[in-house]
Amino acid sequence: MNTYFIKRFVAMIITLWLIITGTFFLMHTVPGSPFDEERTTNETIQKNREAYYQLDKPLILQYGNYLAALVQGDLGPSIKKPGQTVNDLLGRGFPISFELGLFTLILAIISGIILGVVAALRHNGWIDYLAMSIAVLGISIPNFVMATVLIQQLAVNIPIFPVATWSSPKHMVLPILALATGPMAIIARLTRTSMLEVLTQDYIKTAKAKGLSPVKIVFKHALRNALLPVVTVLGSLAASILTGTFVIEKIFAIPGMGKYFVDSINSRDYSVIMGTTVFYSALLILMLFLVDLTYGLLDPRIKLHKKEAE
Amino acid sequence: MEKILQVKDLHVSFSTYGGEVKAVRGVTFDLHKGETLAIVGESGCGKSVTSQTIMRLIPEPPGRITGGEIIFKNKDVIKLKEPELRKIRGANISMIFQDPITALNPTITIGEQIMEGIRQHKKITREEAKQKAIEMLMLVGIPNPEIRLKQYPHQFSGGMRQRIVIAMALVCEPDVLIADEPTTALDVTIQAQILELFREIQKKTEVSIILITHDLGVVAQVADRIAVMYAGKIVELGTRREIFYKPKHPYTKGLLQSVPRLDMEKGDLIPIPGTPPDLFSPPVGCAFAARCPYVMEVCDRVYPFKTYISTQHHVDCWLQDDRAKRLVSTY
Repeated sequence: MNTYFIKRFVAMIITLWLIITGTFFLMHTVPGSPFDEERTTNETIQKNREAYYQLDKPLILQYGNYLAALVQGDLGPSIKKPGQTVNDLLGRGFPISFELGLFTLILAIISGIILGVVAALRHNGWIDYLAMSIAVLGISIPNFVMATVLIQQLAVNIPIFPVATWSSPKHMVLPILALATGPMAIIARLTRTSMLEVLTQDYIKTAKAKGLSPVKIVFKHALRNALLPVVTVLGSLAASILTGTFVIEKIFAIPGMGKYFVDSINSRDYSVIMGTTVFYSALLILMLFLVDLTYGLLDPRIKLHKKEAE
Repeated sequence: MEKILQVKDLHVSFSTYGGEVKAVRGVTFDLHKGETLAIVGESGCGKSVTSQTIMRLIPEPPGRITGGEIIFKNKDVIKLKEPELRKIRGANISMIFQDPITALNPTITIGEQIMEGIRQHKKITREEAKQKAIEMLMLVGIPNPEIRLKQYPHQFSGGMRQRIVIAMALVCEPDVLIADEPTTALDVTIQAQILELFREIQKKTEVSIILITHDLGVVAQVADRIAVMYAGKIVELGTRREIFYKPKHPYTKGLLQSVPRLDMEKGDLIPIPGTPPDLFSPPVGCAFAARCPYVMEVCDRVYPFKTYISTQHHVDCWLQDDRAKRLVSTY
């Protein structure tokens, strides 16, 4: 078991390093610099700035320095936000994005699976069509449209919830709803398809022939086998939801980390670009690892290392 | 002999986009206590549908029972509601499916899969259920049952899995065991072992077995009586001896002639020409008429009466009619 974890950990580090390297050099090939502004600045000031952020050094040296700092957990200073480090920015933004993302995920997973299972059980019935219509809408309506509709209806027309910001549980409802519809729809469709397939399996017939109740057949025999594809998408879905979304956080004025992904690229804030990328990739790699562990729990045929399989 | 199950004039149809398929068109037979009744016939003759209808396992819709009765313990299974059916399934009538690889849930230990059946029908503790499961595994010949209980289906071979499926089916000591092609997915040596196991279990438990198969070799080994099905009807029913040595229906004869034997010369194998009729619109008369070498005018027009050859042996064929005997004196 331990050898598996060590191997896996090494692979994760290598993956992360490849992503860092790729992003670092790609980022510097993009034209422009953090200091391109409309008004021309004094040449000396420009040089001093570049020297301060070490941008005057050869690229390979910058890369080396960055890696060295990164190993110590230092993501460097933000270039466009003077006096703040990238660690500060992420440290402030991530917990909020994480909170929003976590609730969103929980809602999306639970409602998506229920919707998918019900649709599969009433295959080609009106419940199935209704559930799948909801799912198609959920996938095709962009979340910013969903967000504005929700604000219009539930915050302006009928003022039940606050329009924006992130301060109390009441404030969380609309952004969570807006963010959860998409993933919920994806999960519902996947669950339905996979449930339909599992329900035709012989072992479901066996379970029926044993006289088990429909509830037991669905939850004990079918759902567990049907969840594998759902778990597969959950890994990458979770990573992207937990790190915040630019649009939803902007609309609801939530101070999460979603905005840094976009802002940093527009302003060529090199250290923030790197910081968000490293953070996101690390989280994604971790999630994929968790997905693999979950596979092993769901399906005993999938063994993560050779010894146990023998 | 005590009749444990009676099927009377059973009709089952399936509605499809192409129309209504009349899969079972009037099947009648009795099952006696402790006997093995084999239902043989080629693919699509309705033997599996018949057996699954007895447990009411055919999906309804598209399936529909359009007539007949299935009498089990003085009740008509066709009239029972789901909750009552669930009490019968697994407890009184249980079923073994063809492919042991897919018939077991890959994500649940075999112990749990055996135990859930008993715990569904009997109020016993987990520990008692476990003891019963161990006992069952020993009965079907699986060594180290305590350890094996905690294992998953993929850790067993095909033959072992079929033994587990049998253990699962027998755990509640049912009156009737329906085995739908139980040996088809197994290789020949394992087949022999499983058939031997059936015989042993029947001796010990007096369970009545309905064996669905298209393999006459299997039938010859275990069946007490044989029902030959063709196009949704039982065309001949008799004891094993009568069917094998004195077959009366041309279809039964055809089936027996088309079984390869070790002592056969090359070219001795006589297949039955043609294909079974379309069950969307089955023929009015005898369904086998189109393929029958002895076909007469009446065969196409009127379905033959049931003729008793002996008390145990009956056949649906005009050739057995007194008037026909003069025509086919050589038959």
